[in-house]
Amino acid sequence: MLIIKNLKAKIKTSEGDKQILKGINLTVNAGEIHAIMGPNGSGKSTLASVLTGREGYDVTEGEVLYDGKDLLDLDPEERAREGIFLAFQYPIEIPGVSNVNFLKTAINEIRKSKGEEPMSSVEFLKVMKEKAKLVDIDPAMLSRYVNVGFSGGEKKRNEIFQLAMLEPKLSILDETDSGLDIDALKIVANGVNQLKSDKNAFIVITHYQRLLNYIVPDFVHVMYEGRIVKSGGKELALELEENGYEFINGIKENAEA
Amino acid sequence: MENNLKENKTDKDLKQKLVEEFKSMESKLNGEASGNFHKIRKDAIAVFDKLGFPVKKMEEWKYTNLNPLLNHDFHYSSDRKQSELKKSDIEKYKFESGEKNFLVFVNGVFIEDLSSVISNSENIYVGNITGGRKKYPEIFEKHFSKYADYSDRSLVALNTAFSADGAFVYVKKNTDLKEAVHILHISDAEKENVMLQPRNLFVIEEGGRAEIAEDYYSKGDNFSFTNMVTEVYCGKNSHTGHYKIQNEGDKDYHVGMTQVHQEQDSNYSNTTVSWGGSIIRNDLNAVFDGRNTESHFFGLYLLDGKQHVDNHTLADHKMPDCFSNELYKGILSGHSTGVFNGKIMVREDAQKTNAYQSNGNILLSDDATIYSKPQLEIFADDVKCSHGATSGQLNEDEMFYIKSRGIGDKNAKALLLKAFVSDVIDSIKTDEFREHVENKLEHKLEYILR
Ligand SMILES: Nc1ncnc2c1ncn2[C@@H]1O[C@H](COP(=O)(O)OP(=O)(O)O)[C@@H](O)[C@H]1O
Ligand SMILES: [Mg+2]
Repeated sequence: MLIIKNLKAKIKTSEGDKQILKGINLTVNAGEIHAIMGPNGSGKSTLASVLTGREGYDVTEGEVLYDGKDLLDLDPEERAREGIFLAFQYPIEIPGVSNVNFLKTAINEIRKSKGEEPMSSVEFLKVMKEKAKLVDIDPAMLSRYVNVGFSGGEKKRNEIFQLAMLEPKLSILDETDSGLDIDALKIVANGVNQLKSDKNAFIVITHYQRLLNYIVPDFVHVMYEGRIVKSGGKELALELEENGYEFINGIKENAEA
Repeated sequence: MENNLKENKTDKDLKQKLVEEFKSMESKLNGEASGNFHKIRKDAIAVFDKLGFPVKKMEEWKYTNLNPLLNHDFHYSSDRKQSELKKSDIEKYKFESGEKNFLVFVNGVFIEDLSSVISNSENIYVGNITGGRKKYPEIFEKHFSKYADYSDRSLVALNTAFSADGAFVYVKKNTDLKEAVHILHISDAEKENVMLQPRNLFVIEEGGRAEIAEDYYSKGDNFSFTNMVTEVYCGKNSHTGHYKIQNEGDKDYHVGMTQVHQEQDSNYSNTTVSWGGSIIRNDLNAVFDGRNTESHFFGLYLLDGKQHVDNHTLADHKMPDCFSNELYKGILSGHSTGVFNGKIMVREDAQKTNAYQSNGNILLSDDATIYSKPQLEIFADDVKCSHGATSGQLNEDEMFYIKSRGIGDKNAKALLLKAFVSDVIDSIKTDEFREHVENKLEHKLEYILR
């Protein structure tokens, strides 16, 4: 589904360009869950931004193939229509735009791009109620403005709710667990587990092992200073949790040796 | 130099023509020329003759240049024949939800056949000035030209001199007009350049309630110049919702003065929406002549191409305990220009004044310009005043978030722009007016973001 080859990217800042991604290699197949772990600042969110087409980054080397097509050639909205979804680390508030209107516009634009008829209001409301239940969101919240006045946890749940509504093929969850208490974490994980199938895939970015008790990954990758320095099965997350930064330093020394 | 001379000459020509036109109108007045009404008009034409058209070197006209307009030759005749517009021609101007009180004016002339009024009763008059003046001469005398001072405003003087016709809405004491009034002013430039001078008078007496919309359109490929004046009298404890929607085309010039007089405990709300027209200058002045009045000024301008819209407002706090709140929002694309000049005057006696003002702008193009100027003149010490102005682009983070859900650039912008102006739209209390404006907004955005 997704093949990332030697991806290098810079961020454009007012003080000049800064190389963040220094050669990422990653392959994600349908039906898989990949966890990407690593300390703050290692480039996890940057990878998510580059994959979803956020402005302000320069890809300097490498390529990303999504279903065999060059992903980096597409606009953000085209990527979304092709089935890529990002649950934001910091969801954006949009005053004046209701959740309902927002999602209805999104769903119908995605449908239109596929030559499908728009979803009827009745059907939309029905689907919305179902999916709201999945992540335990009060339907009353959905008539409110997108993320405005939502608590940190509500914002994260709203991301997963949007994911459930849009039914993407490849979902990237960027630290959806941070700021969630254990109950909310279970709700979010339960939502993801119900949505997962052999046709879709998830990239779960986190720096705590905790979430991975509930969303069990097939692969765990450790990212450090813009590179994936180690990959393994779910037991790698436990190792990392136990040994912390020293463990990473060890990896780093090995990588550099 | 040569250019200058030419412009001055044209100005004089149009001015001179109008003064002469006034004389010819006067000669046809017969008995009316001796009345009080005509005395005002004669005085007004003398003022206009003396002052001439406003020029850019006047502080109040710094950003708005009327010269392009003065270079055209406008046909203005006070005894113009009735319009040839038929009922089917005006269908498209009607509100989607149907019309109840609907007044149609074409080139300033009332077209009774196209109008329909359901609310008239012994307590309510909805019609034109000519009719209202006959029916309620004492009310007309009491209010006409009592608020829109023309002594130092040449365009108000010009309008007053000709004050041919316009809407007259009279709501007697403790009466609720209930059904809103939709006033359609069409400038019909199908055959020639036209100039029109609509004059509206709304008198809402003590305890009265009314919702009134002025809706301006143009028609035809020639130029039009609208110079309108609306006077609004808000009696004690009355409630008035007043809307002005400008839908003219790119060969149409519109200057207008809305002058509001508020008595004690009255509540007045104005929403001015400008999205059509070439050069627009709106003045909205409210004088708070009694304690504890409440006023809301809302405005929306949505511009593209070379459109120029200048909104000047004045909240004149003369008495204590009054509240005024102002919110103007603009979306500017292409090479358009917006001007917002909001003046809050708090006079010596106006203690415990609350006056707020805010102007927000989104610039969709590097070639669009906004001049935003708050003007606070405060002569009382116990007052709360604030003002703020912003201008910027659409928020990039919001844009990316929306696009990341599959929404394309155009719809993403439309969502954010609609959200941006929603508080102005929501200030329109009459459902049929608001729905109409919402639909138009949708189309206008579609066009601007094309
Ligand atoms: N807008 C920015 N301007 C400058 N540096 C940035 C910006 N965003 C991220 N960075 C830098 O890029 C690096 C990677 O950040 P990020 O991708 O957010 O890491 P992570 O998600 O793994 O914590 C960090 O060193 C961070 O400081
Ligand atoms: Mg991050």
